[in-house]
Amino acid sequence: MARVTAGVTTSHIPAIGATIDLGKTKEPYWAPLFEGYEFSKKWMSENKPDVVFLVYNDHATAFSLEIVPTFAIGCAAEFQPADEGWGPRPVPVVKGQPDLAWHVAQSVIQDDFDLTVVNKMDVDHGLTVPLSLMFGQPEEWPCTVIPFPVNVVLYPPPSGNRCYQLGKAIRKAISSFDDDLNVQVWGTGGMSHQLQGPRAGLINKAFDQDFFERLIAEPAELAKKPHVDYVREAGSEGIELVMWLIMRGAMDDDVDEVYRFYHVPASNTAVGHLILENRS
Amino acid sequence: MALEKPYEDVPGTTIFDSDQARIGYHLNQFCMSLMKAENRDRFHADERAYLDEWEMSEEQKQAVLDRDYNRMIALGGNIYFLAKIFSSDGLSFQYAAATMTGMSQEEYAQMMLDGGRSPEGNRYVGEKQNG
Repeated sequence: MARVTAGVTTSHIPAIGATIDLGKTKEPYWAPLFEGYEFSKKWMSENKPDVVFLVYNDHATAFSLEIVPTFAIGCAAEFQPADEGWGPRPVPVVKGQPDLAWHVAQSVIQDDFDLTVVNKMDVDHGLTVPLSLMFGQPEEWPCTVIPFPVNVVLYPPPSGNRCYQLGKAIRKAISSFDDDLNVQVWGTGGMSHQLQGPRAGLINKAFDQDFFERLIAEPAELAKKPHVDYVREAGSEGIELVMWLIMRGAMDDDVDEVYRFYHVPASNTAVGHLILENRS
Repeated sequence: MALEKPYEDVPGTTIFDSDQARIGYHLNQFCMSLMKAENRDRFHADERAYLDEWEMSEEQKQAVLDRDYNRMIALGGNIYFLAKIFSSDGLSFQYAAATMTGMSQEEYAQMMLDGGRSPEGNRYVGEKQNG
């Protein structure tokens, strides 16, 4: 049977991708950030998954205002890195896992989460930057990826609790898949940041630290946090953190914290990163 | 009955809600067109002519020509769509963010290095601004 072995969260800032692609990771501004992911790359080489179920948000790339799905699942065999306005990132094509993706889609929809099935979609920095941070710059990504975009651009995004419960449904779906697959669930985005308006540049370290603690220890309570609290305390784009709750819902109630990293700033944003393992 | 908007008292912040998305539809779709290299080339060759191909208001077109991101947001633009404009100009997200704050690039970059804008004084409209 397939099983969820670990959960990973990480920010997915586009400037991180550009820095990797341009070979500037050793520059003084960026070096502390990339040093924070050295452990993660080593851990990943020792705990390589067969599949990453990658929760992220599309940043007006695959989805314009023509179609805005709240939750979508990529069921295709491959996904091309998107041209977001400055040419596609020079990273490998993302290989999908259609059999598991279709299985999860059917199971989760039957559990009352109405996913949009997507079979043609380019993937933007929200998906490729986490892969680069965790795997470096390989010729091919070392595992397949199921892209799972969540709308956090057009208000209202799904609530924290909706995301947490969805994570549980995804866990149930993965656990009922017959093939023996090691699956990691990643929740990306965050942490505190605001990219727009006179309040741009907002960072709230106290909020972020509290979010880490409660995500691990009391996710069901954390999931009750309303949208406006994220906006007020963590900046308008801090709402991306609800996607971490999908990852958390897919994990056991009790988890072991393997690694934590926090760094300010990367461009406009506080970088947060966690690796969690199930105890069973 | 009007929809509840509990986020309206957050200072310096526009939430991209139904009303904003409705008035900003064509502005944001114009931005999406800049994801294709040939459209970027046409836009930069004659911005006014390219904008006139879109059903945007004159105010929206002028805000684009002026690269006035706060104005574009007020007129329904969303930052992730607007990112296609400054990306096609070869400018970074930090550059664009700084222009919206009234700070110089250097001041804004230094604020971020110093830990970012504090939430203290920046949670509710009418609080003292704390850069």
